[in-house]
Amino acid sequence: MTLTPVLTDTWDKDRSWRLATYERAGGYGGLKKALRMEPAEIVQAVKDSGLRGRGGAGFPTGMKWGFLPPPDGGPRYLVVNADESEPGTCKDIPLMLASPQHLIEGVAITSFAIGCDHAFIYVRGEVLHVYRRLLSAVEEAYRAGYLGKNIQGSGFDLDVTVHAGAGAYICGEETALLDSLEGLRGQPRLKPPFPAVAGLYARPTVVNNVESIASVPAIVANGADWFASMGTEKSQGHGLFSLSGHVTRPGQYEAPLGITLRELLDLSGGIRAGHELKFWTPGGSSTPIFTQEHLDTPLDYESVGAAGSMLGTRALQIFDETVCVVRAVSRWTDFYAHESCGKCTPCREGTYWLKQVLHRIEAGEGAEGDLELLLDLCDNILGKAFCALGDGAVSPITSSIEHFRDEYQAHIDGHGCPFDPSASALFPYTPKTRTPGALTGAGAGGH
Amino acid sequence: MTVTSNDTSTEAAPVELVTFTIDGTEVSVPKGTLIIRAAEQAGIQIPRFCDHPLLAPAGACRQCLVEVAMPDREGNVRPMPKPQASCTMTVAPGMVVKTQHTSAAADKAQQGVMELLLMNHPLDCPVCDKGGECPLQNQAMSNGRTDSRFVDVKRTFPKPIALSTQILLDRERCVLCQRCTRFSEEIAGDAFIALQDRGAHQQIGRFDEDVLGFAGAESSTGPVDRPVGEAATDSSGRPFSSYYSGNTVQICPVGALTGAGYRFRSRPFDLVSTESIAEHDANGSAIRIDHRRGQVLRRLSGEDPVVNEEWITDKDRFAFTWQSAPDRLTTPLVRENGELRPASWVEALEVAAAGLAAARRDGGVGVLPGGRLTVEDAFAWSRFARTALGTNDVDQRVRVHSAEEAAFLAHAVAGSGMGVTFGDLEKAPAVLLAGLEAEEEAGVTYLRLRKAARSGTKIFSIAPYATRGLLRLDGTLLPAAPGTESEWLDGLRSGQAGDVDTSALTQPGAVILVGERLAGSPGAYAAALRLAEATGARLAWIPRRAGERGGVEAGLLPGLLPGGRPVTDAAARAQVAQAWGAEVPAEAGRDTAGILDALASGALGGALVGGVELGDLPDPEAARAALDAAGFVVSLEVRASEVTERADVVLPVAPPVERAGSYWNWEGRVRSFGAALESNALPDHRVLHVLAQQLGVDLQAATPAEAHLSIAMTQQEAWSGDRVAAPQDVRTAAPQVGPGQAVLATWRLQLDAGRGQDGEQFLAGTAKQPVARLSPATAEGFGVADGGRVAVSTSRGRVEVPVAVTAGMVDGVVWLPLNSVGSRVHATLGAAAGDLVDVSAAQVAPVAPTSDNSERQG
Repeated sequence: MTLTPVLTDTWDKDRSWRLATYERAGGYGGLKKALRMEPAEIVQAVKDSGLRGRGGAGFPTGMKWGFLPPPDGGPRYLVVNADESEPGTCKDIPLMLASPQHLIEGVAITSFAIGCDHAFIYVRGEVLHVYRRLLSAVEEAYRAGYLGKNIQGSGFDLDVTVHAGAGAYICGEETALLDSLEGLRGQPRLKPPFPAVAGLYARPTVVNNVESIASVPAIVANGADWFASMGTEKSQGHGLFSLSGHVTRPGQYEAPLGITLRELLDLSGGIRAGHELKFWTPGGSSTPIFTQEHLDTPLDYESVGAAGSMLGTRALQIFDETVCVVRAVSRWTDFYAHESCGKCTPCREGTYWLKQVLHRIEAGEGAEGDLELLLDLCDNILGKAFCALGDGAVSPITSSIEHFRDEYQAHIDGHGCPFDPSASALFPYTPKTRTPGALTGAGAGGH
Repeated sequence: MTVTSNDTSTEAAPVELVTFTIDGTEVSVPKGTLIIRAAEQAGIQIPRFCDHPLLAPAGACRQCLVEVAMPDREGNVRPMPKPQASCTMTVAPGMVVKTQHTSAAADKAQQGVMELLLMNHPLDCPVCDKGGECPLQNQAMSNGRTDSRFVDVKRTFPKPIALSTQILLDRERCVLCQRCTRFSEEIAGDAFIALQDRGAHQQIGRFDEDVLGFAGAESSTGPVDRPVGEAATDSSGRPFSSYYSGNTVQICPVGALTGAGYRFRSRPFDLVSTESIAEHDANGSAIRIDHRRGQVLRRLSGEDPVVNEEWITDKDRFAFTWQSAPDRLTTPLVRENGELRPASWVEALEVAAAGLAAARRDGGVGVLPGGRLTVEDAFAWSRFARTALGTNDVDQRVRVHSAEEAAFLAHAVAGSGMGVTFGDLEKAPAVLLAGLEAEEEAGVTYLRLRKAARSGTKIFSIAPYATRGLLRLDGTLLPAAPGTESEWLDGLRSGQAGDVDTSALTQPGAVILVGERLAGSPGAYAAALRLAEATGARLAWIPRRAGERGGVEAGLLPGLLPGGRPVTDAAARAQVAQAWGAEVPAEAGRDTAGILDALASGALGGALVGGVELGDLPDPEAARAALDAAGFVVSLEVRASEVTERADVVLPVAPPVERAGSYWNWEGRVRSFGAALESNALPDHRVLHVLAQQLGVDLQAATPAEAHLSIAMTQQEAWSGDRVAAPQDVRTAAPQVGPGQAVLATWRLQLDAGRGQDGEQFLAGTAKQPVARLSPATAEGFGVADGGRVAVSTSRGRVEVPVAVTAGMVDGVVWLPLNSVGSRVHATLGAAAGDLVDVSAAQVAPVAPTSDNSERQG
């Protein structure tokens, strides 16, 4: 399988983020074509293309648009979820940095298709450089008449607001994002009503991932069949595969869905020299980890699901044999404990507890029965939390114990970590070890 | 007692039922019922924390997880992959629910959540107020593991935070169910605490400028009310001031929120609980009195869906110590050589009877029963006045009153049975308030209005300025200077008032609520009646005091006999005479002002006085002089007062907590209660009964049962004769406001210097600081600025308070709290609403104003 550069096509051009660069490569052809179509035709084309949400859940994008109630004269909104915060996930941010006009053209086409005249892009707050670049790209698009009043003489008006979040993982959850966008504290909302019925400001709202929206212009320009010709039967089209960790050439690899890690490793120069693959995430830290045995699992929604994980955001974090799985999982768990929004008991209290147990095991203070405790706590969180974040928090723990139970046990039996953390670093590194004394107040203190 | 109950025009819509299965039992419940409610109806208790029937579902605590299976399109029942929160999911046809009783998965889910909740919860139950009545404690026993597996470090917080002088927050006990924050947002509308931070550090927090980078709290969101005591700032950065904060303590499912007065005082299992009715206003809120060894330790809200739901005001909750204050009268007193001395009941009754008989011969006895009587007492007072004293000189009103008001009450209120109800407010398309500041003068009525407003009812208020309360109702101010209310009331008949669309007031179901303060506005009661007639809106009268609605029914007005019967109607008198077995005097009597004048001039020979505070009268000085001049005064009182100081005989009576009785609330609903504490103290009706015996009259009110029979005799048939005519239109010329003058607007704040709040220091700290409100233009005219001090004066005296410049207020008006510490309008100024007062900038304030104008009084 080969690369299929669509979104990444112009990333290597000079000043690739400029509108002119984008236009030279045929940019905004999709919008011009779309404005001559009926909105319903566009929705149908996206349905026919088989595009599924690129934010992780993989819900068919066209179908999501179709859930909007019929127009009632009031406003309806498109909200782009650009709050990319999952550990390992790093596709939307480079896309918006290298070629923001892909997203903006997609926003314009989608807004036209769903009857929205005010779209919002909610960008993760920490990536200030992306926020700036988006602001300037939106400004360029306004000046060129791709946004604003009477776009391209079509009579269609669209305003785009770029909003920076304040740094909360939970705001990637679409209803928490909407609360945050409204100026409230970001916590997930009770559903129903779903955003399609009562979303932003209680109006019908479509919330889509950056990559999903950015994929729309090419679908409109090249046709649904072109898009559907890529990928597998049920996972169609191209997608960004983000390789990070112990690979020779980490980065973004845009390829048809269904490509395997083995193929991607071939494209990226393989595992770092002299080492071998130990475990990897197919779609970010919230997806159960894979091992060597999954090298040939096609990376599409169905195959990854059948193999016991989720395609997620195609964030492939690669860990070689130098990495202690307990240490890696413990860091991820720290993240979830830090980012739990606090609304519901299982996630709030559960991650707080999991973090302390993992710290104990890693520091060699694990007790017999701690693995059963971890697994039972995970069972008490999985499916019991208010939103999917609780489920995501337990995925790395349960999957790593499944694949590497002996390694956990070795930490407990040997009263410490058998790994040398500096061996996994790509630079000179003296690890700070967790001493028993340092554990005092570990849970009560910082993050 | 019989109550004529109007058929409320609620045609019960057929309820659509949904049939589903829970724990193997098929149950039908109304469509839209939450699983957790449906389970309750089926007798199945699902553990919960965040769920509260009167709050919107949150789904936060996850304690109520159950297994749910739903039929698919083909009708095959398929289990849902995850357990569902039963507090957020409504039942559906064919749904199969398995709770912890029949599902191991649901049971494990619940036990798992419980363990997680307890993990960070301190084990301080032995010293926690909630211990023994704690949903967390109870449900941990019923749905939790026997021991915890948590061996790590618990989260802790410094404890406690004082949110106000009354409410304390222990964050480490909090399970973050959000009941308190949802209550203050959804019900009271005065949010003062909110969730802050996230993850395990999430906590209920008060407003903190440092955290939020907040700049400038004094926003345009309306007038600021500052509490007397220290308080945390609310979610908008203003000092927290709420009349409903105690409810958060009651609904907290753990001991995180506690009341300062009860904290560490008692264990729930040592308390005896008695259901009762709150005595502080005319709502008749259901309460629960918790007492131990003859001492009341706390009061809680009772549950009464048709009246106060599950909410009460902080006044009803915390103000109970007045009943056991040190100045409580425990024995009869008789004046001898100018001094009151204890006397036996026998002696006191003999002296009182002889004195009253002499006073009756010497011009007659004026009867001032006060507005806080139970219905049993009110009928006894009415009958005592008419039969034992032979007079219609009886008036319960200890406040601004008028002949127009007496006519209004006799015409439209007395004998009308149940009228507008709390439920009607919820369904009304619009509610007009006139002479009534609901939050201050009718606490839980305000909450019902807010509930109504949140579901679309439009609220209009005729008042000089838009209070915070009105703004939280999303209400529309119809600005009126005191005394000019009738202009609006007449103007509203068209459904359009200026540029305000008031057409909702003309729609079926609209309600006009008038307060007792309309008595001070000539022509307003008459105009309200005309408006009701013109628009079809229903009219209800909401007095402040608990006894006034019942008193109107009992005929505690000079021209009115029980059941709305006019004194001047011979047939009415005959009916009452037959019931009472004694003649009823034919000539209409004097009202309160008339009685006091007649006492002062000697036209009346003496007075029989009930629960009357002279300071509540528009001219307390004149009232004191009148009682000083009176030939003979008998006082029935709970505590020593200005009246007992002037009485010749004082007969002690029981406070509500020590007796049984009933109030009629403003709806006309009977609100009966039993005695909470054992006591030898006698209720008014019993004292009057034995006093009447001394005068040779049988009052038939020796016991509550006899008193009820006695009431029933006057109520056997509703009065079908002519009612007192509607009040005539009264027009008075608007006062000429000279330079340096303003029209006085004033009403009582819910928490003020009233004696019913005596002895509750924590509650007193949450009262609002007195301020003088002026419109921006008026303030400028007087040369005063926001936060500066202003003097309001009459020839009688002067009140000096900080200025609160209030946008949107009627020009030329100055508002003062009627009876707050530092602003006793009647006593100091001898003035009432609508009077002209002098306003001037006060001399240099003793303390330099702080940057946020929050000049505090000690």
